[in-house]
Amino acid sequence: MAAKTLKINGTMISAREGESILEAARDSGVSIPTLCHLDGLSDVGACRLCIVDVGGRLRPACTTAVAEGMDIQTNTEQLRAYRRQIVELLFAERGHVCAVCVASGHCELQNLAVSLGMDHVRYDYLAPTCTVDISHQRFGIDHNRCVLCTRCVRACDEVEGVHTWDISGRGTSARIISDLNQPWGDAESCTSCGKCLLACPTGALFQRGSTVAEMEHASGRIAVIVESRRVRG
Amino acid sequence: MSDTPKIKLATVWLGGCSGCHMSLLDLDEWLIDLAARVDLVYSPIADIKVFPEGVDLALVEGAIASDEHMEIIHTVRRNSTLLVSLGDCAVTGNVTALRNPLGEAGLTLQQIYVDHGDPRGIIPAEPGIVPVLLDKVVPVHAVVAVDYFLPGCPPPAPRIRALLEALLAGRIPTAEGAKMLRFG
Amino acid sequence: MDLHELQQIARRERERRRRIRIHCCTSLGCHASNAIEIKRRLEEAVIAAGLEGEIEVAGVGCMGFCGHGPMVEIDPENILYEYVSPDDAPSIVASIHGGACTAGRGDKNHPFFARQYPIVRKNGGKIDPERIEEYIAAGGYRSLYRAINEMTPAEVIDEITRSGLRGRGGAGYPTGLKWATVAKSRGDRRFVVCNGDEGDPGAFMDRSVLESDPHLVLEGMSIAAYAVGADQGYVYVRGEYPLAIERLQKAINQAKKHSLLGSQIFDSALDFRVDIRVGAGAFVCGEETALIASIEGGRGQPRPRPPYPAESGLWGKPTLINNVETFANIASIIERGSAWYSGIGTESSRGTKVFALTGKICNTGLVEVPMGMTLREIVEGLGGGAPDGGTVKAVQTGGPSGGCIPASLFDTPVDYESLAKVGSIMGSGGMVVMDEATNMVELAKFYMEFCMDESCGKCIPCRVGTVQIYRLLEKITAGEATPADVDQLRALCQLVRDTSLCGLGQSAPNPVISTLKYFPEEYDALIKP
Repeated sequence: MAAKTLKINGTMISAREGESILEAARDSGVSIPTLCHLDGLSDVGACRLCIVDVGGRLRPACTTAVAEGMDIQTNTEQLRAYRRQIVELLFAERGHVCAVCVASGHCELQNLAVSLGMDHVRYDYLAPTCTVDISHQRFGIDHNRCVLCTRCVRACDEVEGVHTWDISGRGTSARIISDLNQPWGDAESCTSCGKCLLACPTGALFQRGSTVAEMEHASGRIAVIVESRRVRG
Repeated sequence: MSDTPKIKLATVWLGGCSGCHMSLLDLDEWLIDLAARVDLVYSPIADIKVFPEGVDLALVEGAIASDEHMEIIHTVRRNSTLLVSLGDCAVTGNVTALRNPLGEAGLTLQQIYVDHGDPRGIIPAEPGIVPVLLDKVVPVHAVVAVDYFLPGCPPPAPRIRALLEALLAGRIPTAEGAKMLRFG
Repeated sequence: MDLHELQQIARRERERRRRIRIHCCTSLGCHASNAIEIKRRLEEAVIAAGLEGEIEVAGVGCMGFCGHGPMVEIDPENILYEYVSPDDAPSIVASIHGGACTAGRGDKNHPFFARQYPIVRKNGGKIDPERIEEYIAAGGYRSLYRAINEMTPAEVIDEITRSGLRGRGGAGYPTGLKWATVAKSRGDRRFVVCNGDEGDPGAFMDRSVLESDPHLVLEGMSIAAYAVGADQGYVYVRGEYPLAIERLQKAINQAKKHSLLGSQIFDSALDFRVDIRVGAGAFVCGEETALIASIEGGRGQPRPRPPYPAESGLWGKPTLINNVETFANIASIIERGSAWYSGIGTESSRGTKVFALTGKICNTGLVEVPMGMTLREIVEGLGGGAPDGGTVKAVQTGGPSGGCIPASLFDTPVDYESLAKVGSIMGSGGMVVMDEATNMVELAKFYMEFCMDESCGKCIPCRVGTVQIYRLLEKITAGEATPADVDQLRALCQLVRDTSLCGLGQSAPNPVISTLKYFPEEYDALIKP
């Protein structure tokens, strides 16, 4: 496979052909914020947090392949401003109340807010009605905390192979659903493997019985599973 | 005692649990240093009825949840040079705003006091005594301009101290890093 | 099917025809205004007058002047009647032999008709869209024959490239280049997809073409299939177009029956089948990657490009996606040559464009004009300006993705680049005209609400950003906004435009950005100090 030479933040780096900008940047020690990306899962380019400036055009780093001679900026003032706006939009969208959340302290959204310097949200809080489904014996889903990253959908479909999760509705009415929009406990396709819990970046999917700050997701496990399968063929 | 004039400090308690004030009190012995540099001119921990004029710094805990809060916050803003949103309720609405998805104030009270609560089913109403709830709880900056934000539920005492030290030294408080910013 | 048979069908059709044809528009607008009853009454009147040997009544496609419908035309006398009611039928028939007619006379010399240049709409109002014989008699499927028998696929692509045709769906991508890319992309199968998910409020060009001349679209698709090496096509039509779907299905069945679709078309190696896929009401499915997902049976939401569908489209195969109007240009280009086509329009935008004129305009309807005509000529010349002595204030081109162009810029020629320069887009061809009574902030709010409702929800800037923009516009129109809110509005518009995943989000702020630019005083008047 041919190597590509490109510039990230002014520094020349080399990358593998077919690799994404995100992978190439990480290989060379440049971190780019992400939310819908999870190692081991396909990329969908949905959250837009990993947008980078490629020769004056904004591109998602996760779904843009490296090319020879690219000149990439990952952390301009404009990109930082956009990323903060995006995270603020998420906080305004649903009831993300860190103080009473199972994932507080282990939450990717909460961490993003810190790393992007979000000290308050400039937008109206939409305060939608969101349900909490604890019909499953072991797990629960609180839609208030869901950011629609679809990592659970992809983990269930691509890694566990059962596709219990999907999305219904559109716009801010979109919701993660199990099977044919049934209560999770009634979703027959669910194997209760818990991979969706591993994948979830926030407190939306949780182990029942966990209380504030107790839910840790260990999302790195997904990549380990995928890699192990690859190695064993 | 230094000769520099003391700054007039006010702390305000709106729609919140008073946890932020508890965290303020958690500053322990540093409070003595603070007392040397400020005059506490208004606070739930001081028996002062009217928010005074000419306040240098107001720390506001809690969200705007009632007509009373709405009235006070405008006075606070008018009479204060710097206004700080102290804690998650003031900054985001937080727990105080958890009722927002239930609908407007009347519906919320109906659900809480009648449908799911008090067996007598009476919605408390004492005009002039019990403040009237707003239909939607909002953070402080949705109503008046806010100069600084100090997240946290509650903001840990060192975070409050870092902000106060910066302001007392005439510096802009840093708003970055988990130490200063983490919600929850 | 061979050329001889095609000519036979055409000859038989010409022989079958009566000397006089009464064309009764049965496209959706007239259809909804009782055109079917008018047609029935006309047929009765012909029989009652004993003139069946001389006169026939034909239900035809859209004549374009929808605002004056139902329309009836006497062919070949070139007499037009407008606002026709069923009771006018006997007198219309009687008028052919000099009787007085109770129906209102339309004017074929009106600029609305006289300044048009019909290519896409050449058969509109002339042939019965439900009879393939009429399409063939009008020269139909001759271009497909020519392409297959007289040209190599590469020559067809070359001809389209040289014609300068650009995608009529909105973005204006060079059609020939797209075809060439699909033809060269590696894949064991290729697809041709016709995008008929016309969703812009106020746009009805594609509906009209599908209802009036479905074979023209099928012929264009078949030529494309030959050129790029596809064996399967899909027409994706929005579910809100039942008549278009019905007529297109009929046309597909007829084409199959005459071996103009199916295996070994014109005894060549070309196999090409076409199926309809009906959209379920999502605007975003007009975006090509969302449309592909929808055809595949998935959730209709876009994915990042590249890869472009030309390389990896339906089921990962190279897929050519063009808009209805683009395909409707193809047969004419093959028939009359690229030199002819590229002689129409401007340097960068060749050919014609169909526009749907709606809003505060006298002549509501469809016009097809050469590219480069000024907005003024379209809006005031063909469209007749605002009704009731009003003044036209602005025109919105390109629907919710487009921008608002003020009357002061009406000398802008309508081509892809000029419209972009004034902050709008060509779009699919909707032109919504506003007069002095229209509040531009309300207008921006209307379009933003549309985009907010239609956002699929996949990417955050579009999903939530459009809601926040809408809320700020609500705050402004309620008179509660401050200058800081307007700054916030601008910043959000920039975010949504620059960071959204697909064209829906990227273009959603355009109506706000353009009204802020051209009508700042209307915002200022609503802002609290």
